[in-house]
Amino acid sequence: MTRATEAFVRHQMLPQVPPPSSQTGIVKWLRENLFSSIGNSILTIASFFALWWVLDAVWPWLTNGVWTTSSLSQCREVLQGEVGACFSVLAERWNQLLFGFKYPAELYGRPTAAFLLLFIAAAPVLFFKTFPRHLLIVTAAYPFVAYWFIWGGSILVPAVAALGILGAMFVFKKYGNQNFATGLFGGIAAALVIWWLGGKIADAMPNFLALQEVASRDMGGFMLNMILGVVCVSLSLPFGILLALGRRSDMLIIKWICVLFIEFIRGVPLITLLFVANVVLAYFLPPGTSFDLILRVIIMITMFSSAYIAEVIRGGLAALPKGQYEAADSLGLDYAQAMRLIILPQALKISIPGIVNVAVGLFKDTTLVSVISMFDLVGMIRGPILGSTAWNGVYWELFGFAALLFFVVCYGISQYSQWLERQLRTDHL
Amino acid sequence: MSTLTDPSAESFRLSKLVNDTRYRSYTFQFIALLCIIALFSYLGVNLVQNLRQAGLNISFDFLGNPSGYDINQRPIEYNSQSAHFRAAMVGILNTLIVAFLACISATVIGVFAGVARLSPNWLLRKLMSFYVEAFRNVPVLIWILIIFSIMTAALPAPNAFRGENPSASMLWDAFAFTNRGVYAPKPIWLDGSWVVVATFLLSVVAAIAYRRYATKLLYATGRLLPMGWPTLAIIILPSLIMYYLTGRPIELEYPALKGFNFQGGVNMLGSLIALWFALAIYTGAFIAENVRAGIQAISKGQMEAAASLGLRPNRIMNLVILPQALRVIIPPLISQYLNITKNSSLAIAVGYMDITGTLGGITLNQTGRAIECVLLLMLFYLTISLAISAVMNLYNNAVKLKER
Repeated sequence: MTRATEAFVRHQMLPQVPPPSSQTGIVKWLRENLFSSIGNSILTIASFFALWWVLDAVWPWLTNGVWTTSSLSQCREVLQGEVGACFSVLAERWNQLLFGFKYPAELYGRPTAAFLLLFIAAAPVLFFKTFPRHLLIVTAAYPFVAYWFIWGGSILVPAVAALGILGAMFVFKKYGNQNFATGLFGGIAAALVIWWLGGKIADAMPNFLALQEVASRDMGGFMLNMILGVVCVSLSLPFGILLALGRRSDMLIIKWICVLFIEFIRGVPLITLLFVANVVLAYFLPPGTSFDLILRVIIMITMFSSAYIAEVIRGGLAALPKGQYEAADSLGLDYAQAMRLIILPQALKISIPGIVNVAVGLFKDTTLVSVISMFDLVGMIRGPILGSTAWNGVYWELFGFAALLFFVVCYGISQYSQWLERQLRTDHL
Repeated sequence: MSTLTDPSAESFRLSKLVNDTRYRSYTFQFIALLCIIALFSYLGVNLVQNLRQAGLNISFDFLGNPSGYDINQRPIEYNSQSAHFRAAMVGILNTLIVAFLACISATVIGVFAGVARLSPNWLLRKLMSFYVEAFRNVPVLIWILIIFSIMTAALPAPNAFRGENPSASMLWDAFAFTNRGVYAPKPIWLDGSWVVVATFLLSVVAAIAYRRYATKLLYATGRLLPMGWPTLAIIILPSLIMYYLTGRPIELEYPALKGFNFQGGVNMLGSLIALWFALAIYTGAFIAENVRAGIQAISKGQMEAAASLGLRPNRIMNLVILPQALRVIIPPLISQYLNITKNSSLAIAVGYMDITGTLGGITLNQTGRAIECVLLLMLFYLTISLAISAVMNLYNNAVKLKER
């Protein structure tokens, strides 16, 4: 009876009890993310089985890999019927995969140096907030240095090319402020004069500070993909901007030239353009001239990608509010100033994701040159390596390696572009 | 007092062509036109000179000559005595076949992966983002070659299916995966099969009519008729009944091992399968991103508003989210179809005889008519692209938000 009369009153707070085990830590996470409903649990189990099935096949293949034999049959001997990769092909043909099979072996250091310099040259552009502006000189000098390293020959050739551009810029700076047309045509004339004079000098002294020369047709392997990708992307940006501005221009003739060019290029596959470079372009050049395939391919791929970049930038231009154009006009800026100072910085910023998409796509498309029998990475694998008696049949290792190389580069680029978008965001969201 | 007047017309001076913005644009256009004309006449003169030197001319007569080569996949009748023109037609059909197959499979894969990337299931989400990133960042040519080497090197030869204890066996006794391609059952249309086909088509129409009626009833009276199982029943049951009534007029011809190879059934070449699967999986990754972006573009408020009206989750998806998301998804989807068609030209890398393989490959090499062949090739692809972008413009106009 005492229980009924004595009311229970607690005098002190209970110590905090940890939440039930189903509401904390890994159990809660599992329940929320993997087993929140019956359907979800089925999905989880199915995905888990798919993952396990793939890993079960791939893991022993990777870990049993053989790296040191000199042919596929030796790999099979070492493995003795067990599942395992024959990575020896990568070890043995490493240089061929990267540089092609004709680039002189003693000169491999030069393209490697050019590749490493690429990072130094690209850094001031890619991380423009971290690096001081005047380091852009390094970037500007890079194409000429890289050309000299990869192709060799006298240093006078790239030096004259650089001097011509410098001279043109000097003339444009001096006269372009007063009159745009004078500056432009004066600059072009100056460049032509310097190139003509410099060409004579370079011809006269072919051995001045000369590196051993390598012909374009000896380029190959992943180096060729890198060359085509870097050159064509950097060339197609200015052309793409010009085409986009031309397509939005009020001048009817210029507008229609740009529209026709862009729509034509975007309507045909890259392969047909490569066919043009390979078999047709020679018909349209003066009889007797022949310039090498790699240059013809660069021209065609640049045309191809500038059409796509033009469309991306046109989207950026169209997305700008009309007030920006009117504000530039009301400040009294002329067309060139308005574009350079007001419109393009904003339009390009909006277009960054699109431009990066085009660049990644273009870099992937450089593998198509293997179809017109150039020996890029894919061409090397399909031709000399799989065709050799020692390595006939090593598909997975080689194609897997190629896929991995491209994945690393392309994924890196797309991650960079996302980072850049966050950096350039000026609104406060 | 000063008065403002327009500058008089007489004051036009030649220097205005450069300095006056009103006239300068004419100068620029004139110069641009001159440059273009000069460029084209330069190229034209070179072309004429080169052709004269090589003793060639531009002529499309070669299209009528016998081609002299065989094609391994012939949707229409063709042999090595047929004309080059017919070879090109076979190529066009082959291009369309692989593009059609790849478009459908890519859409299915892409929609599934895109929706799965938004699923609440962590593991599925991660797996799908891995799929999308892995396939978007590797050239499609490498995928084509990888799948092609699976088809040719990893699958057993037909003679592995032979003997008491064959090392390979057919799937359900109907599908044989060999290194000479995939063999599948082929339907044989006997007399009276048209009745079944006609019944099937009619019941599809009936199913659509039923769904229309149900929607109308819902909007008019609020009464909700079941949609899912009646549709299935209307489509399947009548055809099935008619099939047995007419005495089973459609038979399947199974592939069987005869001699050194399988006979009968449909043979799908390894190159077709490689191209089809690679294009489907590669483009599927891009479509998945489009689908995800389209669904995420619909603001959260739309879903919350629908939920506050008391709609169930699947009806929110069907009635509120999807109709709006489709407007965002379909234009990039159509340009992905265009990409598939253009990428199908990579067939030449695995020996699938599409238009690039016939007209741009063997015909070009045999006749040496590079300019004509490449020109026709480009015309074909241009026609397809223009047709597809015309469709896209029609669609965009149809679904454009009607703003008043």
